[in-house]
Amino acid sequence: MLSATDLHFTYAESDRPVIRGISFDLKAGEIVSLLGPSGCGKSTILRLVAGLLSPESGMITWPAGEKRLSFVFQDAALMPWATVTENVLLPLSLKNTVGESDVEKAHDMLAAVGLEGFDKRYPHKLSGGQRMRVSIARALIAHPELLLLDEPFAALDEILRFQMNEMLLKLRRKQGWSALFVTHSVYEAAYLSDRVFIIKNGTIEGEVKPSLNRDLPSFEQRGSPEFSKAVSRISKLLEARR
Amino acid sequence: MKRVLLPLLALSAIILAWHLWVASGNVPKFILPAPGAVAGALIDNFGPFMLAAASTFKVTLIALTAAVISGVALALAFSLSRTVEMTVYPFAVILQVTPIVSIAPLVLIWVGIDNVERALVIIAWLAAFFPILANMSAGLRAVDKNLSELFTLYGATRWQRFWRLLWPTAMPYLLASLKVSGGFALIGAVVAEFVAGSGGATGLAWRILEAGNRLQTEKMFAGLILLSVMGVCIFYSFAALERWLLAYRR
Repeated sequence: MLSATDLHFTYAESDRPVIRGISFDLKAGEIVSLLGPSGCGKSTILRLVAGLLSPESGMITWPAGEKRLSFVFQDAALMPWATVTENVLLPLSLKNTVGESDVEKAHDMLAAVGLEGFDKRYPHKLSGGQRMRVSIARALIAHPELLLLDEPFAALDEILRFQMNEMLLKLRRKQGWSALFVTHSVYEAAYLSDRVFIIKNGTIEGEVKPSLNRDLPSFEQRGSPEFSKAVSRISKLLEARR
Repeated sequence: MKRVLLPLLALSAIILAWHLWVASGNVPKFILPAPGAVAGALIDNFGPFMLAAASTFKVTLIALTAAVISGVALALAFSLSRTVEMTVYPFAVILQVTPIVSIAPLVLIWVGIDNVERALVIIAWLAAFFPILANMSAGLRAVDKNLSELFTLYGATRWQRFWRLLWPTAMPYLLASLKVSGGFALIGAVVAEFVAGSGGATGLAWRILEAGNRLQTEKMFAGLILLSVMGVCIFYSFAALERWLLAYRR
């Protein structure tokens, strides 16, 4: 569904390139994680794919038609002056006038992320995990083909992070979008992803395919030999970088 | 309840101590009149005092409105153009740091000879303008970077970006500055009336000045109390507006 070819990028205030010849394909319905140390260019790749930055050279090819993508940031980036429903409706309300059906859609989306009945609350009244759920509901309401997630669960505790991982996989199964997922967690990358790219100094250093059996309950997936093997291979590639 | 009761109790204690001190006869009445004498002066001159208060309040309100309009407009211009900001901001700072009492005589000569009220408004505006400009500029710069990127990603127009992102982000800053500038506008109006002297013979400051010249200290106190009440009302009106408009933060 998306093909990036030989991307290069340098920030204006720096003379050191952040992205140096990155190429990859992303298939429909696939979750690909970008894993690597801070400053290796993971978030820049997301911004290049989103069109928020333009590559110096190289190209990103989308299938014909309107590209539908959404972004989820590490902090929920909600409008504090707007209710939960108004926040979720943002992508639609910036394009058209919002109607009754859209409001219903927002309520459905909130139910899908486990926030039924929270529609009239303001972000100030929500916990960190609930705010992130609103952010995900906002990202999904426009029916994206591609979801770009920039360390969305980094600030959450481990238990909440597990819950969010489950929720994300469930939503992906239901809605079928693809995702580029930036994370610092080896375990999260191994559990969530169909493929994991190890990023080093602006290039893809290696690729790991966890191949977990998604039909198994989550605790069995996390305890499976495939999961351990994926974690081990990712760790080895990360170690090799040093 | 406590928030109202505690200051009221403190005020009652101060008035009582004041009364007892004056009643002890240790201080001449023309230096410190008794609270009852101040209340009497206020009641006896209620009509003229109210007219004077209305005049000062009118100047304050016009100046504050002008400060809000000009401060917000200039802050918007700053947010749109760094060149405008670099060119104009130093002059705004110069106006802010130059004591208003030293500019006031010039303003009175330039624009006040045929219309004193216009000069009073300009002086009060000078006092109130800068906090609004500075806070609004800070508010417009405080936009969440990620939220701004989302607006770009979802194809927001310039108008949508302003009305739905910049303005609500800057609103708490603007409301905070109103509480400060409301007081500054009143101070500016009073300073202007003092400097204008008998030329500005309609406001509360002139009433205080006139009473001072006649050693009518109780009338001076009455005028001061009215000014304080006006300042407190302005502050709490904007505090209430802030609480109402920013209810989402509670």
